[in-house]
Amino acid sequence: MSIVHYWRALSGIAGRELLRFLYQRERFVSALVRPLVWLFVFAAGFRAALGVAIMPPYETYILYEVYITPGLLGMIQLFNGMQSSLSMVYDREMGSMRILMVSPLPRWFLLCAKLLAGTLVSILQAYVFLAIAWAYEIQPPWQGYFYVAPALLLSGMMLGALGLLLSTFIRQLENFAGVMNFVIFPLFFMSTALYPLWKIKESSEILYTLAQYNPFSQAVEAIRFALYQQWNWTALAATAASFLLFIGAAILGYNPSKGMMVKKGGGGD
Amino acid sequence: MQYVRIAALGCVLWAAGASRAETVFVSLEKDNALAVVNAEGKLVNTVPVGRRPRGVALSPDAKFLYVAVSDENTIKILDSESLREVGTLPSGPDPETFALSPDGKRLYVSNEDDSEVTVLDVAAKKAVQSIKVGVEPEGVAASPDGRWLVSASETTNMLHFIDAASGQIVENVLVDPRPRAVAFTADSRQLWATSEMAGTVTVLDAETRQILHSVKLTVPGLTSDMVQPVGVLVDAQRRYAYVALGPANRVAVIDAQNYKVEQYWLVGQRVWNLAFSPDQSRLYTTNGVSNDISIIDLKDHKVLKSVAVGRLPWGVAVKP
Repeated sequence: MSIVHYWRALSGIAGRELLRFLYQRERFVSALVRPLVWLFVFAAGFRAALGVAIMPPYETYILYEVYITPGLLGMIQLFNGMQSSLSMVYDREMGSMRILMVSPLPRWFLLCAKLLAGTLVSILQAYVFLAIAWAYEIQPPWQGYFYVAPALLLSGMMLGALGLLLSTFIRQLENFAGVMNFVIFPLFFMSTALYPLWKIKESSEILYTLAQYNPFSQAVEAIRFALYQQWNWTALAATAASFLLFIGAAILGYNPSKGMMVKKGGGGD
Repeated sequence: MQYVRIAALGCVLWAAGASRAETVFVSLEKDNALAVVNAEGKLVNTVPVGRRPRGVALSPDAKFLYVAVSDENTIKILDSESLREVGTLPSGPDPETFALSPDGKRLYVSNEDDSEVTVLDVAAKKAVQSIKVGVEPEGVAASPDGRWLVSASETTNMLHFIDAASGQIVENVLVDPRPRAVAFTADSRQLWATSEMAGTVTVLDAETRQILHSVKLTVPGLTSDMVQPVGVLVDAQRRYAYVALGPANRVAVIDAQNYKVEQYWLVGQRVWNLAFSPDQSRLYTTNGVSNDISIIDLKDHKVLKSVAVGRLPWGVAVKP
């Protein structure tokens, strides 16, 4: 097995994912509309709130829109991660996963390739969103747009791995509503995406603890600091650790002899 | 040759940027002190200055700093290097806002309680004249050409145009409720006055004393009672005027040619007074409730940062 085989598989998977993304115009639009609605409608309602108190990485008072932008980048990646988990289920139902799985390449590699493909799509979405936000006068320093790329890659991989892990539990497409209710909403709302930690602490100590240890919070903070040319090492490390945990569990889960496939009665498809 | 010249200019500009050496003085009404902030926006010193300091201004040569110490009924003169007190001026009771004549020889103080403007001889450290004005005079400004002294009385809702040479009121102009601060343009041809209750800025022609324009300030998402214009400044080219909006926590940027509001910058809470850096590339604001100052880059039109300075920052002056 040479490196060429790996590359061919990777480009095949990534290419397929990108093509799927580009041809599904609705998916592209809906992936952008969601955070934009939050930005233009939800955040606009809080515009009257007289600025969020100064906290790192910000050096002065900011409008609420500016605060939630990194959170919305996280949201894009969260939904994208879940979407690719959904596409895994779809692939399984449609049988295209079988074609992938008969490839002689190791399973972990195929899963990681799939993950990277999904993450690249989410980064693309994130930059389009940032461009629109820029026109809406959410303008972090220009260097921040470069700094944010590795942070987005890491957070995208982490959230994608979470999706991958979840996909081992989902038997059918219809279960996505369950994912929505039990994974996406709690992760998103119990995080620093919408409110800073100190604000959450004011209302509830339990919520504060949950938000603090929420991997999604860590991903959002990593993105937030990177956007302002700073590395939040704690957040980056926590995101990386979550990624390793999720991807490890997902690889185990996709192992037909050990993982969840056995429990589901023999390999899904 | 051209390139050499450009490179040389670039170096000069770079050096100028690197050697930004201004010092910002901020009076802290509640801490009874003066905060000193350097060009990088770091609080470097806090010096006790007397009970309830408010208005601050530098002498034209920037050697002396005048601080209205309200509860001690005096204006203190500090050496702007050592910040040691070198003298006091008999300002009358409860001095708050004051203005220097362009030559720095006279100092005009509003005495709210007595409805007077006191004229002080700086060199002699003596009061030389008291000018009766409307009720509760607050804002006061001397025109850069030395012709006018203008006092705004909050309760009478009037701007009093006073002949600076004789100290006689030439004309009273009625403006929107609670005129608060007044500022001349650099060419002395216009006077800008803020009205706290009305949420407006009135622009007057200094020669005819006629109102040229009134700008209503409204911040989207805020009720009009939150928008209380206070400090006002117009840049040297009369390109932009900047107005502090008090509890609206914003500074309005007005195009001084067509009187259109261009932007509202979010700064700290209850933004009160404003000061330019000597080269007018920056604007400093005092934010009374959030206990900080905001530093605004006027080239990029961006709030750079907000720096905690101490309790109730009131006045601000910037030394080159």
